[in-house]
Amino acid sequence: MSAPLIKWFTVSALLIGLYGLYLGLFVAPTDYQQGESYRIIFIHVPAAWMSLFIYMVMAISSGIGIIWQIRLADMVAAASAPIGASFTFIALVTGALWGKPMWGAYWVWDARLTSELILLFLYFGYMALQSAIEDQRSADKASGLLAIVGVVNIPIIHYSVEWWNTLHQGATVAKFDKPSMHIDMLIPLLLMAVAFKLFYAAVVLVRTRNEALYRDRNRRWVRELIEKL
Amino acid sequence: MLKAYYHLLIRDLRLALRNRHELANPLIFFVLVVTLFPLAVTPTPDALEAMAPGVIWVSALLAVLLSLDRLFKQDYDDGSLDQLMLSPNPLMILVLSKVTAHWLLTGLPLVIIAPLLGLFMSLPMEAVSVLIYSLLLGTPVLSLVGAIGVSLTVAVNRGGVLLSLIILPLYIPILIFGANAVDVASDGLPVTGQLLFLGAVLALAVSLAPLATSVALRITASR
Repeated sequence: MSAPLIKWFTVSALLIGLYGLYLGLFVAPTDYQQGESYRIIFIHVPAAWMSLFIYMVMAISSGIGIIWQIRLADMVAAASAPIGASFTFIALVTGALWGKPMWGAYWVWDARLTSELILLFLYFGYMALQSAIEDQRSADKASGLLAIVGVVNIPIIHYSVEWWNTLHQGATVAKFDKPSMHIDMLIPLLLMAVAFKLFYAAVVLVRTRNEALYRDRNRRWVRELIEKL
Repeated sequence: MLKAYYHLLIRDLRLALRNRHELANPLIFFVLVVTLFPLAVTPTPDALEAMAPGVIWVSALLAVLLSLDRLFKQDYDDGSLDQLMLSPNPLMILVLSKVTAHWLLTGLPLVIIAPLLGLFMSLPMEAVSVLIYSLLLGTPVLSLVGAIGVSLTVAVNRGGVLLSLIILPLYIPILIFGANAVDVASDGLPVTGQLLFLGAVLALAVSLAPLATSVALRITASR
């Protein structure tokens, strides 16, 4: 059932992503202060959004898995973790590349960078726990609980780090009044965000399907599926 | 319910007191790690004072982390953890009792020895009292949050590194505010905000962590 969805998500992610990149890299005006190097935000910001979004998806589907005992929800959570960790990593690397010309250093102990790094550690902890427990059901539940505990902690971590030290520029998009950003820059940014979401949807479907096949590899329905091929 | 809390607490304390040498280990570790820093970095008083809050807090964190194993490991190995879960008393209360025992046996000694370490690191006197307050508010949270991690990893072979991987990111807010309070106090500034934050986190942890821990224990036991 997921096959047509995967196809649709992949194609639309590619199209929107390419169009967004074109707008972002060629059409959007040059920033008067940051020059051309600001253009990395078209990757950096959507990746950072995704890193948090995927953690929320993980926690919610783990909660569904624990409360209603739905195996598929656990699989979605397990399949999402590596994707989320990759997006977090991309956000960190692109941020570092942008930080060098802007702040003069690849890494500074700024609040948002630090909370993003901690988020990466949370993903690592989830994946480590998931793979350390042999029994699949309890691995799902244990790491799911960890994801939920992590979600309770994320705001605490975020604000404690924020008060601790900040150098990062303030949010420019999520303000409720007019965004403090030119509309020609905003459109490609939002397009890229949509493209990243669609990409995630496609990848998580593929990974969840693999996960389901792998976990049930000794069941009859998977055997029959393989014999048909 | 209170009776169950009390009896389990007494049992844990008694068990620990029969094993006195084990009791001192986290404490010695704490002092030892703090001692390493003047040797490794520099023994000049000014530099020591600057890094003292961070060093003492990080060492306290590691000492608690290493002692967390003791919270459930033995009970898991000899099966009394399963018996606790079968008892009619709410598991949350029993967890809270075990965490209290753990804090009395590791957190409180750390708080008591801390002034000595403040002396080692040439902290000014007013900062030492803030160090005690911040540890007093912070170490129970370390035990409470650590309990979640231990209950998830107690059945895993060689779960020690895994435990620190899971728990350390969750400890970061405590570390920030604890160390910051001491740091600010040594500059002679007011620290009410930091201490209030630690108190708020403690209240949150007391109410939520036993719940998460008891869910985690049931997951661990269901294997």
